[in-house]
Amino acid sequence: MNALEVRGLVKHYPGVKALDGVDLVVRPNEVLGLAGENGAGKSTLLKALVGLVSPDQGQIFVRGQAVKLRNVVDAANHGIGMVFQEQSLVPNLTAAENIVLGSEGAGVRRGIYRWNEMRRLAQEQLDKIGSPIDPLARTDTLTFAERQMVEIAKVLRIEQRSQHPPVIILDEPTSVLESKEIETLFAQIRRLREFASVVFVSHRLDEVLDVCDRVTVLRSGQSVGEVATAGAVPRELHRMMIGSTGSDDHYHENAATPVTADQPRLSVRGLSGKSFHDVDLDVAAGEILAIVGVHGSGREDVCRALFGAEPTTAGEIRMDGTKVDLPSTRAACAAGIGYVPAERKIEGMVGSMSVADNMTLAKQKPRLTGPFVAPKKQAALVDSWIKRLSIRTPRRDTAIGRLSGGNQQKVVLARWLIGGDVKLLLLDHPTRGLDIGARSEVYRLMRELASSGVATVLLADSLEEAIGMADRILVMNDGRVAAEVACPSGGKPSPLDLVKEMV
Amino acid sequence: MTVTTEVAPAPRRSSRRGASFRDAGPPVALIVIFGVFAALSPQFRSFGNVQNIVDSAAVLAVVTCGITFVLMMGSIDLSAAGVMGASALTVSLLVANNRNGNDFGFFGILAAVLLGCAFGCLSGLALVLLKVPSFMATLGVSAVGLGVATLMFAGVQPNISDAALKGWAVERFLGFSYLTWIAVACILLGWLIQRYTRLGRYAYAIGGAEEVLTLSGVQVRPYKVAVFALAGAFYGLGGVMVTSQLGAGLVQAGNGYDFSAITAAVVGGTLLTGGRGGVLHSAVGVLLVMVLTNGLVQVGVSPYWQGGVEGVIVVAAVAAAVIPQRRRNQVVK
Repeated sequence: MNALEVRGLVKHYPGVKALDGVDLVVRPNEVLGLAGENGAGKSTLLKALVGLVSPDQGQIFVRGQAVKLRNVVDAANHGIGMVFQEQSLVPNLTAAENIVLGSEGAGVRRGIYRWNEMRRLAQEQLDKIGSPIDPLARTDTLTFAERQMVEIAKVLRIEQRSQHPPVIILDEPTSVLESKEIETLFAQIRRLREFASVVFVSHRLDEVLDVCDRVTVLRSGQSVGEVATAGAVPRELHRMMIGSTGSDDHYHENAATPVTADQPRLSVRGLSGKSFHDVDLDVAAGEILAIVGVHGSGREDVCRALFGAEPTTAGEIRMDGTKVDLPSTRAACAAGIGYVPAERKIEGMVGSMSVADNMTLAKQKPRLTGPFVAPKKQAALVDSWIKRLSIRTPRRDTAIGRLSGGNQQKVVLARWLIGGDVKLLLLDHPTRGLDIGARSEVYRLMRELASSGVATVLLADSLEEAIGMADRILVMNDGRVAAEVACPSGGKPSPLDLVKEMV
Repeated sequence: MTVTTEVAPAPRRSSRRGASFRDAGPPVALIVIFGVFAALSPQFRSFGNVQNIVDSAAVLAVVTCGITFVLMMGSIDLSAAGVMGASALTVSLLVANNRNGNDFGFFGILAAVLLGCAFGCLSGLALVLLKVPSFMATLGVSAVGLGVATLMFAGVQPNISDAALKGWAVERFLGFSYLTWIAVACILLGWLIQRYTRLGRYAYAIGGAEEVLTLSGVQVRPYKVAVFALAGAFYGLGGVMVTSQLGAGLVQAGNGYDFSAITAAVVGGTLLTGGRGGVLHSAVGVLLVMVLTNGLVQVGVSPYWQGGVEGVIVVAAVAAAVIPQRRRNQVVK
């Protein structure tokens, strides 16, 4: 009997058909991968499985019985639990409280906490995944990976609610983890398989193939195929996801232009800050420089320091040979530096504001007449960039939060381009959370910008991305530059060459 | 307590369970300020004056205790003044007084506390059912409370003659007035609620991440109403205590306590955004504010200067408290 089965699920949103008759089968004790581009309906399907979305048509069967899931508690009572993409722990409570939250059981009697009992209940869950976390530690003192373990322990508590093996849904659990933490997570998932079924969602296909037994591919609200991962070919899956053979030239290397400048656009000497020391780097006009390094290597802070968002203690930054001071982000903007932050939804955009307003957030001049905003000028400007970057948005005054991730990111990029004066772009994980099609678009855009003479510093999402896109790679380790690796088209280094410098 | 005896066997860095450097700020400031005033003024360091400070802090401590729970939740409560006025009039008309023949004694006090509780409940319901932001909801409830108090006042001040209630302010146990001991009991009760009850822990959690509670299947709304009701009960008791001090029920019994209590809580380290702080923090904050007020008088600062100086010191104290969190591009609202 199947642990979970979905038949013909349909869900309409105003103007969109998010689910269009999805079928899905989860067998007992298997890890099922769910793949699909953003917008394929993955998140709506998952929400339907935990009762956050009520489907318009179709049925959900739990162990052969048709059920209606009204809310998260209801789903938990049926043995379905989900680890949400954005972590859902209360930061100022203890790990134990988070684990039993909403189902304290014997931990609370008549409204009074019994801390010993509470700790015991939590320890029980933590033991299942063999985690050494102290249950009475405050959650915000734990590392990200530890918090994820707490989250899994929390989901496992649904076992106490139903007498059957649980179904655990992991929604993009790896998107913010470093590779070592991912390994730990995968070990946990394989452990979970012993007594539970797991649905694993990720936009990284290599991970799906690595940890899952079977993959179901969704495309535009429908299940388009099911593949056993043993012997599956990534390209085959890619094709199923995007519906056609994707270009082999994922990174648009054909569009790469050789760097010819003799003077570097950006030249940094001896830059030091709280988490990085003595960093030297040069980027020429039209060059893409990737900085790679593990978590804690300081590369994020270097990037932010170049945008004036992180204080520095020593060092010199020159743009086109002239020394610049970057005491604030404003100074960096004035110097022709643009920054695309890693946390798109938090730092990159104002979700409730329109596409037009988001695009004109940083550079005011192109939309102004005198000190006033000229609506016509702004409209023409924004429309031209929507067209140029082929941003898919209903209108220019649609709230940016309603676009897909890839289109949001294009608007964020456009913010630096509309002034026409950007000389250096700092891209901090520009493709994080984007699906393969949207990523390819962003890569194309980066190539275009580079060939128009913009210098780029890239903090890539993966080593493959760094190798694919960069002309040169800087490896950072423990706050210092450990190595510099040339990375020209046709002479790319292997990931192994980089990894040995990183650790 | 059992909580702190267990040590994690795992070879990981020791985790912070309770106190931290940040929490140490206000107590340290209290000791420093106390030391400075004590060095400057011999009158200040006399036992009589310390008694004085603690006794005068009693009412504010009880009110702050209540408001702390609301602030912990990330809401705000401006209803203290109105609730205290209504409860002051209620208690003065129910115990032995010069306006009517009532003499319910303890039950009169209980009724006043329950009235406060009901007003708090009203604020909470307006918040969760009508979706009125707590700032406006409690402001409205405060006005309603003052209105109810004015109606009961009806132009003639009720002077109380209940010996027990009058005794709260004048009789002493171990050198401190009964009011002080009531305040101590309230702080202890508040701390127990905060630490050992679901209500207290959820109030804390709501301030930390309300959506997470909902996603975990917790019904948040009853707890919100309960927190406001709890706070209201503390204000009600505060109104009774003021009545005991004045020997009469006045509409203005709670005048100024709303903002003093918020100030004390924030100075003590409770964040207005919720999720941090607690009853003990607030108790320290109350003492800080009272020591400051008293100390400035004792060292001879002109009364004309006092209000302004106090304000500056409060802002400085909060600024010092947030120094560890300051960074570039920080968002403060």
